[in-house]
Amino acid sequence: MESLIAGLAGSTILGVNLVELLGIIWLSLKVSVSALAIVTLVGLPLAAFLALKNFPLRGAVINLFNTFMGLPPVVVGLFLYLILSRRGLLGFMNLLYTPAAMVLAQTILAFPLVVSLSHAALVKVDPIIRQAAMTLGATSRQQAVTIIQEARYGILAGVMAGLGRATAEVGAVIMVGGNIAGYTRVMTTTIALETDKGNFALAMALGIILLAISLLINLALRAVQKMGRTESGIILWD
Amino acid sequence: MGLTIEASHIFKAYNGHEVLKDCSFVFDRGGAYALLGPNGSGKSTLFRILSLLERPDRGQVRYLENGRFISADLNLRRRITLVLPRLGVFNTTVFRNAAYGLKLRGLAKGEIEARVNEVLDMVGLTKKRWQPALGLSSGETQRLGLARALAINPEVIFLDEPTASIDPVNIEIIEEIILTVKSRREATIIMITHDPGQAQRLGDHLLVMKNGKIMARGV
Repeated sequence: MESLIAGLAGSTILGVNLVELLGIIWLSLKVSVSALAIVTLVGLPLAAFLALKNFPLRGAVINLFNTFMGLPPVVVGLFLYLILSRRGLLGFMNLLYTPAAMVLAQTILAFPLVVSLSHAALVKVDPIIRQAAMTLGATSRQQAVTIIQEARYGILAGVMAGLGRATAEVGAVIMVGGNIAGYTRVMTTTIALETDKGNFALAMALGIILLAISLLINLALRAVQKMGRTESGIILWD
Repeated sequence: MGLTIEASHIFKAYNGHEVLKDCSFVFDRGGAYALLGPNGSGKSTLFRILSLLERPDRGQVRYLENGRFISADLNLRRRITLVLPRLGVFNTTVFRNAAYGLKLRGLAKGEIEARVNEVLDMVGLTKKRWQPALGLSSGETQRLGLARALAINPEVIFLDEPTASIDPVNIEIIEEIILTVKSRREATIIMITHDPGQAQRLGDHLLVMKNGKIMARGV
């Protein structure tokens, strides 16, 4: 095993050390998946709340999330930078130029997208579904769960879009992550750096890897969707 | 076992338009009632109120058991059901649609399977139980609606036009199912139909509604 690692450490691809390259890919995935996990855990219940509960200013909150879908990453980066910098509100946490700051940036960018798209999927569910659930004796909570289950493909599409936004993000991530080699350097920031250096071959190679990861995620989610439509499929209905 | 429904002086209006005007009557337990009337006469609104989906603006709907009133809570809601004219099929298999009400009640898997298999057999959908419910024909969808309702063993079953827009073969099958349920006398059946012949075939009591009022009744 040690000789394998030593061998890998010595090998290079387009002038970049293979271990370093794998580290960049691994960190990219770790940061984006962490951000997506936070977004999903907080965003989906919020989307369900917005879709299923009536409260004052609900329309305004939904409009706000719709507007924030188009948040410019550099603006998010700038605000986060100011908040996380030594004199900022959260400066005491020493998060600037850490992977945690990058997770935070991606979370903020993907959050409105996932909430808005999931909310749209939930309100699109035919109201007859809720009535049908009521006629069969569903409690309010069971009705809500049924509507969420009916909207599952739309919600999944929202989560996929969120993951897409997170993995493709560069502006905010470079501002709060700093693109430090071996610590906060991810695929997108490496592509930006290598392009600046004129190393187009590596930038292109990383771009292709990024696309391949997106394709794999899409294929996996499509498979999940397909399974959801058959009995042998996933447990969405159990 | 068995519920009697007592509706007294029911009024209901939507946007100032009065849909139900002083409807009063009693549905005895175990009976089969057919409600006839033109479109817009208030039949479906009455069903939604009787099945506790909506409240009347004025008047009362009360359920009685052995002469005692029962409160309109979840327990009561789970003893009655309404089969809607546009069913609201869940985007899953036929089996899981039929099992829905039983899962809500937290029944054991084996019990659910046995009950669902029984009702799917009754409505002739056993062979299609693992197919997507949204792929069923309109006649099969109505049969699934009946299966979904019957699976929960309701004591009162409201059927809002169970044979509307379906072919004669499926109408015959659905009428057979309703007659089977009726013969067991385990549930009160109250149905809306536009077909007087069907009302006579399936109902023991006939009610005619017009302009939000019950205009005539007979046996």
